[in-house]
Amino acid sequence: MVTEPATEVQTAIALASAAETARITATLIRVTGDWSLAEDCVQDAFARALVDWPVRGIPKNSGAWLTTVAKNRAIDRMRSAASEKRAVRELATLTKLEGLPEGPGANPAVDDDRLRLIYTCCHPALPLEARVALTLRTVAGLTTGEIARAFLVSEATMSKRLVRARAKIRNAGIPYRVPPPELISERTAGILSVLYLMFNEGYSATGDSALIREPLVQEAMRLARLLIALLDDSPQQTEALGLLALMLFHHARRETRTDAAGDLVTLEEQDRGSWDEASIAEANALLAAAEQLGISRRSRPGSYCVQAAIAACHMVAPDAGSTDFAKVAALYELLGQIAPSPVIELNRAVAVAMSQGPEAGLALIDRLERERSLDGYYLLPAAKADLLRRLGRKTEAHRGYRRARELAPSEVERRYLSKRLAETAPASQTDQTTSPRTGAEEKK
Amino acid sequence: MPQFAILIYADESLHAVDAAEADLEEHDQHANDLSVSGTMSLAFALTPRADAVSIRRDSTDAEPFVKADQFVAGFYVIEAPDLDAAVAIARLNPATRTRTGGVEVRPVHSGGITANDD
Repeated sequence: MVTEPATEVQTAIALASAAETARITATLIRVTGDWSLAEDCVQDAFARALVDWPVRGIPKNSGAWLTTVAKNRAIDRMRSAASEKRAVRELATLTKLEGLPEGPGANPAVDDDRLRLIYTCCHPALPLEARVALTLRTVAGLTTGEIARAFLVSEATMSKRLVRARAKIRNAGIPYRVPPPELISERTAGILSVLYLMFNEGYSATGDSALIREPLVQEAMRLARLLIALLDDSPQQTEALGLLALMLFHHARRETRTDAAGDLVTLEEQDRGSWDEASIAEANALLAAAEQLGISRRSRPGSYCVQAAIAACHMVAPDAGSTDFAKVAALYELLGQIAPSPVIELNRAVAVAMSQGPEAGLALIDRLERERSLDGYYLLPAAKADLLRRLGRKTEAHRGYRRARELAPSEVERRYLSKRLAETAPASQTDQTTSPRTGAEEKK
Repeated sequence: MPQFAILIYADESLHAVDAAEADLEEHDQHANDLSVSGTMSLAFALTPRADAVSIRRDSTDAEPFVKADQFVAGFYVIEAPDLDAAVAIARLNPATRTRTGGVEVRPVHSGGITANDD
């Protein structure tokens, strides 16, 4: 009898879960057509590993071991279903299950299975939140409890969401396949937006919830890597590379976004020495690879590649002042052509102000104000106030910051704007006016 | 093969009882294309909103059931291998090219034309 140290077994299981869940689940779904059965059997296999491996040792080929256990479990369940219903369909499935290869091996069908799984989990006929949850459950192999915690909902709520999503796949005729050529570009964009949403859900969390939601960041990056590997040689790979580069650029400065007190630190004021150099280097390499692919295919850059290129301008500058803002402004213009949006135009205005002077940026912001499409968006008055402050128009700037603070969505932003308000306050009086709403929020 | 119902949403139905054939041409042509291709198993064009009657527990009203700018102007049932194919077929409907209208795809549970003894 071998006894493995508990930590080694846990590590082995965690590694196997990350590496094998999607592959085994995807294959079982393809053969059985039954999502819950496939997920249950894979979970059972990991549960068996937890009991078995400490006693008998970690198998040499853990992927093959898990596949066999999950497959046998599926065969058992299909067999009892077949004998209960005397169903022909179950018997046909059994034959296919028994013929499945054991291990990962060199089987291109396995990659197809995993791709099929991702495309199906991210099908646009499913509600967006269900797409994210299902991808985490089925492709990433997180448990329902883990996903529920990351989304700050109860396990029962998350479980219901997953059950409904699987039922819709079955009942609405959502196909289990890689989409045909005419849909592939749209559907791949759909997967990327699910992954980016997953990333942002985790990344935008601050304070106590940041730690709880961190798995979302990790899983989104891991899934992006998986997708890049699966899309090798496909024109769709370019944007996936751009997305991972973008995530890594964000991730590289995660520690510098807030200070010790939990207050927001702007990009200009962040400690660049604390940025994660390895992540930045990898992101730059990914972005270069994406650009190279785009050039060789003569395709126009997609929105993730452009966003990553913008992030790169900031991340490679040794200090905020030496950022190539003319390039940033040009990239925002390109981004606005791909996906027109007033928020992009606002960002362009800020970059124009940095490269050509506050007046030029102010002219663009005034135009946005007249269009009124950003009414109620706190960053519009905040950006305008920044430019006014740089022009020495303190009273107007002060008014802008106050308006921005009224509109700011969270306490972290309000605290940041309060500082700016204090800086632009007329010398004789300090800012004593706290809006009733802000006051109420602060007491919470 | 699975069946999908496609509900046509529009500001108004073109299919008034006394409608001129020319006004219906685009829709009728589309319906014709679908039946010739063997995809469509059932189709109904409905009359304008003024002809609608809505019945609730305490009321009977001369208007569509849902108060909205668009209402169901017709529906048809198609056969398709999966939802993607059904959506692709639904997208061909002329209503999807109008500014405010469109179609809704609903997987069919069961049903069909009921037997008639006449």
